[in-house]
Amino acid sequence: MEYWFSEEQTPNVKLSIRVDRQLYSGKSEFQRIDVFDSPEFGRFLTLDGYMMLTEKDEFIYHEMITHVPMAVHPCVKKVLVIGAGDGGVVRELTRYPEIEHIDLVEIDQLVVEVCKKYLPQTACRFDDPRVFIHYEDGLKFVRTCEDEYDLIIVDSTDPFGPGEGLFTREFYGNCYKALKEDGIMVNQHESPFYDEDATACQRAHKRIVESFPISRVYQAHIPTYPSGHWLFGFASKKYHPLKDLQEAKWNLRGLPCKYYTTTLHKGAFYLPAYVEELLKNVE
Amino acid sequence: MNHLDQSRAPIYEALDKFRQMRVVPFDVPGHKRGRGNPELVALLGEKCVGMDVNSMKPLDNLCHPVSVIREAEELTAQAFGAAHAFLMVGGTTSAVQAMVLSVAKRGEKIILPRNVHRSVMGAMVLCGAVPVYVNPECDSRLGIPLGMKVSEVKKAILANPDAKAILVNNPTYYGICSDLREIVKLAHEHGMLCLADEAHGTHLYFGENLPVSAMAAGADMAAVSMHKSGGSLTQSSILLTGPAMHEGYVRQIINLTQTTSASYLLLSSLDISRRNLALRGKEAFAGVVELAEYARKEINAIGGYYAYSKELINGDSIYDFDVTKLAVNTLDIGLAGIEVYDLLRDEYDIQIEFGDLGNLLAYLSIGDRRRDVERLVGALSEVRRRFGKKDKADLMKQEYIDPEVAVSPQDAFYAEKESLPLRETEGRICSEFVMCYPPGIPILAPGERITGDILDYIEYAKLKGCSMTGPEDAQIERLNVLKGV
Repeated sequence: MEYWFSEEQTPNVKLSIRVDRQLYSGKSEFQRIDVFDSPEFGRFLTLDGYMMLTEKDEFIYHEMITHVPMAVHPCVKKVLVIGAGDGGVVRELTRYPEIEHIDLVEIDQLVVEVCKKYLPQTACRFDDPRVFIHYEDGLKFVRTCEDEYDLIIVDSTDPFGPGEGLFTREFYGNCYKALKEDGIMVNQHESPFYDEDATACQRAHKRIVESFPISRVYQAHIPTYPSGHWLFGFASKKYHPLKDLQEAKWNLRGLPCKYYTTTLHKGAFYLPAYVEELLKNVE
Repeated sequence: MNHLDQSRAPIYEALDKFRQMRVVPFDVPGHKRGRGNPELVALLGEKCVGMDVNSMKPLDNLCHPVSVIREAEELTAQAFGAAHAFLMVGGTTSAVQAMVLSVAKRGEKIILPRNVHRSVMGAMVLCGAVPVYVNPECDSRLGIPLGMKVSEVKKAILANPDAKAILVNNPTYYGICSDLREIVKLAHEHGMLCLADEAHGTHLYFGENLPVSAMAAGADMAAVSMHKSGGSLTQSSILLTGPAMHEGYVRQIINLTQTTSASYLLLSSLDISRRNLALRGKEAFAGVVELAEYARKEINAIGGYYAYSKELINGDSIYDFDVTKLAVNTLDIGLAGIEVYDLLRDEYDIQIEFGDLGNLLAYLSIGDRRRDVERLVGALSEVRRRFGKKDKADLMKQEYIDPEVAVSPQDAFYAEKESLPLRETEGRICSEFVMCYPPGIPILAPGERITGDILDYIEYAKLKGCSMTGPEDAQIERLNVLKGV
C-alpha cells in the first residue's frame, strides 16, 4: 500500500511525503488540523492541508525567526508571539533567561492542544511560568497594546484563511504601536519564488515598509515549504539587523543551535538579485 | 397559504430538473449553454452559463407566471407576510418605480420625505405625478437626514387631502426609521395608500428585535432589496403588496417596463435567498446584530469615533433604529467620513459602503466574518493614530428650505430649457437636481422654483466645500431652467 501526503505548492507543483500513519485529524472553528508520521520527515502538522512543520526541519524556521532579533536587541524583557500554536517559537524564546514575560496569542486553541499531545518536540515549553497563552484573534489582541513589547514575533500561517489579518497594514501598524520605542517585529514573510507567494511576499513587504522606519528581509532554506526558499521580515524602530548585531555577546551565551550562527545571521540578509528587485519595487 | 413549504425553491428545482433533461436548445440565448462563448464559460463557469436560459413551459414566464415562478412568488409572499410578492429583475429601482406607477397617474400627488431615492423621482418623471415633500429632520451633530415626524406627515395630508399615497423610507441608508405604523394608520384614515422604500430593510422581515417591516405595519406596497441584506444577486429585488392592491393591475404596470427575457440566474437567486431567509434568517440576522453590536463597542472604545445606535431614538423623527447598520461618525477624530472612507480603501484595502462629510457606513450582512470586522476596527484605530487631527472637523449648518413645486417633474423634464448664471436664475423653475452631501437631501429638484434663499444656501454650501452633485455644470456656476416660464 502506498500512503502519501501531497500538498499543492502551486496548481502545477506538488510536494509529496510518504506517510506511515495518520495520528490525528480534526476540525476546529477555524481550520482542519492533521498530524502524520512519516519515514523521512518524522511527525508533521498540516493546517487545511498546508504544511506547517515537520520534526526534521522545524529547527530552521524556529531558530531563524527567534535568534535573529534576539542577537540584535540588547535587552528583550517582554515578547509578544502571534500564532505559533505549535510551541516552537516559545521553545526557543524560553532559552533566554532575561526574558520575563511571553504573551502567546493563538486564535485556535485546538492547534495548541493537538501539538501538546502529538508534537512534544515543539510544544514542550508551554508550562514555563513566563508564558501566557491567549486564545484570541491576533489583530484584536495587538490593537489595544501600546508601548509594551520589546519584540513581536509574527508566526503566521499563509495570507489566506485564518491568518490573513496578520498580513495587513492595520496589523503591522498596530504592532508598531504595541512596540516600545526600540522594539523589533519579526514576521514569517512567505516565499519569493512561485508567483502567488511572491505577490504575497511583496504586499507584506510594502505594508511593513510603510509602517516601520527600518525594514529588512532575510532568508532561510526550509525543505518542506514551497520552493524551499523562505523569507522572514525584520522590522524595527531603532536597531539595524546587521549594524546592531551583538555578535560577541550572543556567542558568549553559548546557546547551541543547529542552523543559526551569527555568521549565518549576516549572510541571511544578502538576498538573491531577483528577490532584491522584487522587494525594491515596492519600497 | 399556510401550508406552503418554505424549504422548497420551485424555480431552482425546475432549473435543476431542466438541466438533467439535456434539452437541445433551438431558442435563445444564443450562447447555447455557453458553447458559443467559451471565454464567458471560462469566466463564469459551466454551471452558471448552463442556467442562463430563456422562459419556456417548464420554467414559467415572469411576465405571466402560472407555474414555478408563481409558486416562488407565493412562497415569497408568505415568507414576507404579504398578500402578493413580485420577483423583480431590474433592481429595486424597478420595484420603486412600479410602486409609484401603480398608485399615481399624471397630475396626482404623492407625499414623500425630501430624502427619497432618485428612483422615486425617476418614476414621477415617467408617470407625471406631483411630489409633496415632508421635511426629514436633520441631526445637527451627525449631519444625517432623519425620518418624518408624524405631525409633519399629518400637516402634509391635511394640506393635500387629494394626495394618493405616502411614501416612507424604512429604514434610511443610515438605519433611521419613522413611525411607520402610525403613518400607515394616518394614510388609511385619509383614503391614501402607504408605500415603503425598503431598499435597506430586507432583514426587518426575518430578524428579531428589529424595526417593524412595512407589511407588518400594514403598508400597501414595499420595494425590498433582496440583493442588499437578503443575499441574492445584484439587480434582483422584490415588490410586496398588501391586500388592498390589485395584483393584476400591479403586474400590468411592472410589465410596462420590465424585460421579457428575465434572467433565471437572478430569479433563482431570489428563490434560494428567500428559502435561506425563511429557514435560517432569524439566526443569521441575530448573528449580524451581534457582529454589529460588537463592532460598535470596539469602535467606540478606540475613542474619537462615534458608532451610533438606539440611543438616538427620540420617539418621532428617529422612531426606531436598525442596529444592523454600522454607521460611524468621524468628526471628532478631525477627519471627514469621506476621508476615512478613502484611507480605508487606499491604505488598508477595505471597501466601505459610503462616506459623507461626517459619517461612514460599513455594510454588515449575512456574509460577514468576525475576522473581517477585526480588520475594520484595527484599521479605524490606525487611521486615527496616523491621520487623526486634534481639531474637530466642521459640519456646515443645515437648513431645510421648503421647496415650491411649480410644475411636475415630468413637465420640467420634458420642457424647453436654457442655462443661466446661478444668480440670474432667481424666480425661475429649475429643470435639474441640486444635491448636497451631507446630508444628501436635494436642495432643488426638477420643477421647483428657485428662490433667493436657495441660491444663498447653494453658495454657502459651495464655500463650505460640500460635495454638490446633480447639475449639468459640475461647478454649479450655472443652472438649467425652464424656458419662458
